Amino acid sequence: MVHGICIFKDSSVEKRLFMTYFILQFLNGLQIGSIYALIALGYTMVYGIIKLINFAHGEIMMTAAYFIYFFMTLLDLPFIAATILATILSVILGVLIERIAYRRLRQASRLSALITAIAVSLFLQTLYAILFTPDPRAFPLTASSFPVLHAGEISISAWTLITIAVAVVVMILLQLFVTRHKAGKAMLVVSEDLKGAYLMGIKVNRIVSMTFAIGSALAAIAAALYIVSYPQITPYMGALPGIKAFIAAVLGGIGLIPGAMLGGFLLGLVETMTRAYIPSSVAQLSEGVVFVILILVLLLKPAGLLGKSEREKV
Amino acid sequence: MPKSKFKSYLINLAAAACVYLVFYLIFSNGLVSRTFIDLFTLCCIFSIAAVSLNLSTGLLGELNLGHAGFMSVGAYTSALITLSADSPGNIPILFVSLIAGGLMAALSGIVVGIPAFRLRGDYLAITTLAFGEIVKVIMRSMKITGGGQPLTGISLDTTYTMGYWVLIITIIVIYTLIRSSHGRAILSIREDDIASEACGVAVTRYKLIAFSLSAFFAGVAGGLYAHYQGVLEPSFFDYNQSINFMVMVVLGGIGSLTGSVISAFFLTLLPELLRGLAAYRTLIYSAVLILLMLYRPEGLLGQKELSQRVIGNLFRRVKREESPPSSGVGGSSVTPQENIPVSGSAERKADSDLRERTGTSSGTPEEPLERKWKGRR
Amino acid sequence: MRKSKSKKVFTTVLLVSLAIIMLLTSCGTAAEPETTDPENGNTEAPGETGDTIKIGGLAPLTGNVSIYGIAVNNGVQLAIEEVNENGGVLGKQIEYIVYDEKGETVEATNAYNRLVNDDKVVAVIGDVTSEPSIAVAQRAARDNMPLITASGTSADITKQGENVFRACFIDEVQGDLMGAFVANNLELKKAAILYNVSDNYSQGLTDAFTARCEEEGVEIVASENYSSTDTDFKTQLTKIKTAGAEVLYVPNYYNDNIMIVRQAKQVGLDVPYLGGDGWDGVLSENVIGTEKNDADGAYFTNHYAQDDPNEKLQSFLSAYREAYDMEAVSFAALGYDAANMMIQAIEEAGNTDSDAIIDAMKNLEYEGVTGNITFDDNNNPIKTVSIILIKDGEYTLSTKMQSDE
Repeated sequence: MVHGICIFKDSSVEKRLFMTYFILQFLNGLQIGSIYALIALGYTMVYGIIKLINFAHGEIMMTAAYFIYFFMTLLDLPFIAATILATILSVILGVLIERIAYRRLRQASRLSALITAIAVSLFLQTLYAILFTPDPRAFPLTASSFPVLHAGEISISAWTLITIAVAVVVMILLQLFVTRHKAGKAMLVVSEDLKGAYLMGIKVNRIVSMTFAIGSALAAIAAALYIVSYPQITPYMGALPGIKAFIAAVLGGIGLIPGAMLGGFLLGLVETMTRAYIPSSVAQLSEGVVFVILILVLLLKPAGLLGKSEREKV
Repeated sequence: MPKSKFKSYLINLAAAACVYLVFYLIFSNGLVSRTFIDLFTLCCIFSIAAVSLNLSTGLLGELNLGHAGFMSVGAYTSALITLSADSPGNIPILFVSLIAGGLMAALSGIVVGIPAFRLRGDYLAITTLAFGEIVKVIMRSMKITGGGQPLTGISLDTTYTMGYWVLIITIIVIYTLIRSSHGRAILSIREDDIASEACGVAVTRYKLIAFSLSAFFAGVAGGLYAHYQGVLEPSFFDYNQSINFMVMVVLGGIGSLTGSVISAFFLTLLPELLRGLAAYRTLIYSAVLILLMLYRPEGLLGQKELSQRVIGNLFRRVKREESPPSSGVGGSSVTPQENIPVSGSAERKADSDLRERTGTSSGTPEEPLERKWKGRR
Repeated sequence: MRKSKSKKVFTTVLLVSLAIIMLLTSCGTAAEPETTDPENGNTEAPGETGDTIKIGGLAPLTGNVSIYGIAVNNGVQLAIEEVNENGGVLGKQIEYIVYDEKGETVEATNAYNRLVNDDKVVAVIGDVTSEPSIAVAQRAARDNMPLITASGTSADITKQGENVFRACFIDEVQGDLMGAFVANNLELKKAAILYNVSDNYSQGLTDAFTARCEEEGVEIVASENYSSTDTDFKTQLTKIKTAGAEVLYVPNYYNDNIMIVRQAKQVGLDVPYLGGDGWDGVLSENVIGTEKNDADGAYFTNHYAQDDPNEKLQSFLSAYREAYDMEAVSFAALGYDAANMMIQAIEEAGNTDSDAIIDAMKNLEYEGVTGNITFDDNNNPIKTVSIILIKDGEYTLSTKMQSDE
């Protein structure tokens, strides 16, 4: 049981504090979950379309963060403008990586593709560490600049709610794109059956580039949301959120867009709630929770929560 | 075993002993400083790790991104045993601890493998990665392994002799395994596990054997490392370290033990030489890796091994000074006796045609996504 | 045919370059003929070569912890330059040979080997972070090489041997004194801790703090942790707030600390903060950004206070500013003191014999910029600890305590 709550004898106070604590942690979980979801979408779309785990995706998020930082500190741009510019540049980076590193490997073995993705990720991290030094940089806009909202005993930063809202809006837009717009639908077709898509006259290469573009854009938005809450920019900042987002994508069902959204929120919640309610003595084990979740998912339902189990045909 | 095979083993062993003698003479007469001796020992340790990784990733074909986790298990087990025995410099106890470390690592290999092998390709890789991270968290949270603090006071007992001979033993064991019928089963699993299963190969059992053997040697390497460095921290055995070993295997050639040893030595010594370029090291490595995957994915040695036949060929070539007799695509790399049996690419083409017609889904690491669609191989 | 030829070329090139590398590495490290037992490695303590005395240094000059390494190294170099300008030690100039260990223990031990076996240094100043320091100290003990670490705070470092010293107080001291501070100076009864479980420094401070609090009757209402890669502490901070803490001990490095403080505000936690010397640097521009007052109200143990009028300290600070065009941080001051201590020991020993230097160190009485220092039986320094309070975006000296209080 949470240490502090035990000391209250009055049960109604206890209940109220319990609820407050729960709601606070729930919102925290949703906030980090929405960031995971946005990044997870990039992983899931790329995996769906070319069956590659784009290890470098976390680094795209990191690149976007650096871009936003530099636009704001060197060019004095306001936050929103900086984010938009950074998004454009991240999209270009994502598409470039696909063209240079991954396109050739569609014919190669999966092992090679995976190793290449890992190498690209390392390359970007080190490149930035050299160019910008590995020292953490303080991002000029922090969540403290946003008001703290109070509702009864609950105090929460407005930014938390903004994060969740923005993420949800973006996801709705994406879902609309994928179900209504021709290009979006083509993306679904290609992930369903790459060879068949060729036969249908779909320009597969273009669709693949578009997928990377959208994924990178989402990662950039995630970066913007992330660095206001956690205003510290380092070349390695994309690695852990990247892995967690990937796990979220697997959790929800890799290759499925709703899966990534669900997985992201779910993972954020589970991660936060576990840490919230686990006794402090074993608290450090909560670090491993996400990996345990991954293994459980892969063992029990590898296709993910929303995925269909496909039998392997010989 | 047939007499010629036995003879070739002896020759190889004798060659290994000769090489050792050379090093022994150089090292014990102070011709090089302790710096190099220590480096050499480190190279041997990392070679063991790379070679064992080659067994699971190159020969079995299962991408293992958590190899450092196995090393960690072995390192801590071994260290804790010698620490509690509390007799520094006691070699028999050291060996016992190394074996124990290897066994613990093998056990964890089985623990990881049993659930993991139900998955294919990419998922397996991610599971191994997760395992590596979980090991790190566990080691960090147990009081007995230091609980957040480094584990110190391990006596510095690893010598270059140990490192070298353990490496030789590792290579002998793995090589013998691969050349046996069990080894052929393992290779067939890599090529096409569904077909192997259809032919009666006990796929899961062999996967576990290979995987746990790979983990065993990683654990031994870990134990040697612990007694080389004297201090252990869980964060040393992290994802980045697993990637380092992966680079060694990929660079040397997936499936080539010799290649792994060579690239392990290369990649361990290189930073020492390029001290000025320290910051750029990872940059260069990753760039090289990308280029390698794009233009020469089989690594530098591919699947070839250094062997008596190869050395014989070299001599013959030097004597004759003409281009080597080539028998079609890839004929020169297949010699039934000495090298690891690899189907020549002519056979591979036929196989892949067959598979294509029966419509296999593309789920294994070796199986390209768009095979033959654009008409190239 | 072309394919197999290129394979041959590749293979040959790799083997040849490997051979060259092995040759170069071993040649570059070739020893002069001397009595070396490779299995046990007991090299004779090297004497001075010609007219210089060689002192070795190990520090992470690149990599994740390079900020600390560079600061320590700068301090050491400043000290050695000053000594050289004033005639050197034992009448000879000091040659300082420093290797970058990139924040990796393996590199640190390789570099140490080079210093001792190839460069033949007389003493080593290093390493900077605890883990490589322990590994190097173990080897130094085997080689009987005088070693002083400027900033390694793990108690295990000096436990490796009689020849290992350190310039900074150990983790235990900082945590311990803060516990006393809570009880006796702040007079508070309920404390909470938020520490980094994957960092030995943080763990060490926490353990000592917890122990002293217990002794002094301060209740630890919540002890939460996080790991190095975490950036979100709101879960833990919410727990701490709910538990009713009156003060929060945050014994981590400054980049984490500033995030913790800001997120605490976001969950409505408003208490004074306490910490260790990892807080030093939190007010730097690129750490705290434009909202400079966010760290106000924090107390931390440190090696010195910038506004301390001590003459030695002030002249060091201005010399550092002039030489490196930036403000000194505690790591630099520790490097400076460590180097000077070793040099003074060599001077007092009268020669470069290892045992003589070690003896001199043990009996050293040194007046440095981080206080007046002598060594206790464990080769750890007995010195003054300054408690810094951050007020109005500035570091101010709150009070001083003795490390053995």
